[in-house]
Amino acid sequence: MSLEEARRKKHDKMKRRFFYRSVVLAILVGALLFALISNFNRDKEVYRAGDEAPDFELVQINENNELETVRLSDLRGKGVMLNFWATYCPPCEKEMPYMESLYPKYKDDIEIVAVNLDQSELVIHKFINKHDLTFPVVHDKNNDVMDLYKVKPLPSTFFIDPEGIIVEKVEGALTLEKLEKYFQMIQP
Amino acid sequence: MNKLKCECGHFNPEGTILCESCGKPIEENQHLDGNDKSKLLNMRYEGSARRSLTYNRTIVDKIWNFFSSVRNGVILIVIALIASGIGTIFPQAMYIPANAPNRDPSVYYEETYGILGKIYYQLGFHELYSSWWYMILIALIGVSLVICSLDRFIPLYRALKIQKPKRHYSFLSRQRLFSETPDFSPEDKKKVVENLKNMRYKIFEQDGQVLAEKNRFSRWGPYVNHIGLIIILIAALLRMTPFMFIDDYVWVREGERKVIPSTDGQYYIENKKFHLEYYDEDDERYKEAMERMGQLVVKNYQTDVVIYKVKGETIPGQEPELEKVTEDAIRMNEPLKFDGYRLYQSGYQENEFSTMTFGIFAANDEEKSFGEFTVDLMSPEETYELENGFKVEISQYFPDYILQDGEPTTQSKFPKNPAFVFRVYPPDSDEPEVSFIGIGRNIDPTGENKYRLGITDFSTHYASGLTVRKDLTLPIFVVGAAIFMIGVIQGMYWQHRRVWINEKEGTLLLAAHTNKNWFGIKRDIEKALEGTEINMVVDQEEEDLEKVEQTATQE
Repeated sequence: MSLEEARRKKHDKMKRRFFYRSVVLAILVGALLFALISNFNRDKEVYRAGDEAPDFELVQINENNELETVRLSDLRGKGVMLNFWATYCPPCEKEMPYMESLYPKYKDDIEIVAVNLDQSELVIHKFINKHDLTFPVVHDKNNDVMDLYKVKPLPSTFFIDPEGIIVEKVEGALTLEKLEKYFQMIQP
Repeated sequence: MNKLKCECGHFNPEGTILCESCGKPIEENQHLDGNDKSKLLNMRYEGSARRSLTYNRTIVDKIWNFFSSVRNGVILIVIALIASGIGTIFPQAMYIPANAPNRDPSVYYEETYGILGKIYYQLGFHELYSSWWYMILIALIGVSLVICSLDRFIPLYRALKIQKPKRHYSFLSRQRLFSETPDFSPEDKKKVVENLKNMRYKIFEQDGQVLAEKNRFSRWGPYVNHIGLIIILIAALLRMTPFMFIDDYVWVREGERKVIPSTDGQYYIENKKFHLEYYDEDDERYKEAMERMGQLVVKNYQTDVVIYKVKGETIPGQEPELEKVTEDAIRMNEPLKFDGYRLYQSGYQENEFSTMTFGIFAANDEEKSFGEFTVDLMSPEETYELENGFKVEISQYFPDYILQDGEPTTQSKFPKNPAFVFRVYPPDSDEPEVSFIGIGRNIDPTGENKYRLGITDFSTHYASGLTVRKDLTLPIFVVGAAIFMIGVIQGMYWQHRRVWINEKEGTLLLAAHTNKNWFGIKRDIEKALEGTEINMVVDQEEEDLEKVEQTATQE
């Protein structure tokens, strides 16, 4: 074998080895990334700031409000405060008067959608009358929307901008100042 | 790369320690296997070139070499062990007790365990086993498995395939079992070979040189079991995808129909009825056992269900169009299987109220009744009108009544402890009487009511708890485990034995090697040499140890 041939053979061998090892490593790295991303996605089915708010449609039951149904995607162009609540949740009851006080002022720019999780409509109507609420209240009887948004503690509120993107997710009762601050954030 | 040419004519890859063909030690590489320090040759990988020891040029090579090291693999395993132990110091987030005052991890750990708990939470240890760094650690072990195996198996396979019966003198003389027989008869040699053949050795011949080999396949055992482990790791990886694995829980009340969680909103379940049966206390067969238990023993937990699938496109919140998939009974340990999903009977809640019937009585005469009305506790009406003109209005309804800060309120939406504030309108009257009534509570706020309400009847229902499962990875785990066991048996039960019978200048050279059970191969050789004048092999290990000690004390 001449020196030239020997050198070429050596190069080929080196290239082959490099290729083979790189392929094996690439496959292993790929598997690792797959595992990481799957794991990441798993508990990130929860919607958070930056995600597009998933669409839903529920029947509106507050007699003080003209809407018959609420479909989230119909509300594009307006900011939306999506509030999950129930009559057996004391902090929810605390923030309701604040929501009602701000609603008339921001009505044209922001829609409040209060998603109730109680069992019977009766208790919802009692509650609405007790607090003289005028914003839309929808009854998520089967917990479909609660499951969709993976809501755990109550109250949970999603502030959504006019393009349908979640700007902030808040768990727990809101003060009047905080509420107004968020309203201003999602104004068109 | 330089190919090393041996005096026997064979070209060996760079880094080879013993010639692949004749076994002659290649001078410049003896240090790699430690042959320069001992008399006996290191036969672990047949003296083949473990690539990681030779090439270390590109970054790819460096990474490869890191993972090829068994030492590094063991270090990774030890780290994983310690990390896994840390996860058991405080309960993981999903195991925070249900009755803890605050189950929010950001509060619970600090509250319950103080500063250590706070640190634990902030470092993310409360969700250790699904954290990204833990997964990377396990994945690194997987990578190490793959690369260690590849790096050793390929050269070993090559070496065992290429080996020739004709071996160099120094290869044979430096085997652990070796003997020389200067004057030997060809008949004796033939007899030995014949005997070995009868002991199921495979005979290879080359120019009168003989190799008798048995059970070479046993050497692949460890690599087979590593393949099994890799398959198990792949299955564990696939388990992360919701497509392959789902584990959830759903509570359904009798008569209720709701969506099955983790099915992407595609499946609904309706609970038709829940059965709770006890063993008959008078049954002779079980009487004794029940007396020992001291209480009634449940015989059957069963839920009769209907499963529906969503037809067409729907949007959450709307009533979907459903078609029935199946109707069946789920019993404990007898799950319902449909479309890859399995529902197991897991739990139950009893005595949740469905309806309550109230009677209107005269306040001073409990026998005098003015009629009854029944309230559906899941969706009560606002007003109930009785035939005799009485009208009852629900002023307040507390499905799960408790007194909090002196105020009546409800703690959940489930009618576990229903209580009402009723407004009772006698016939043709606009002045209602207010009463508060609940279980074991009947309050007349004014003290002047003419009418009194009483609970005359009620019905209850069960809630059934079902585990929702889908696991397509189980067969993969089984396959991986089976291959692992096969590999273990393959490697552990049999031994790879080789006996070389070479002639050199009229002397018969006898050498032997095995990967384990030296006693066994010695016995085989003794048996083969029976009735011949060939010298039995000498076990040279004693001398080798002495030499190793000598070199050690010299240094």
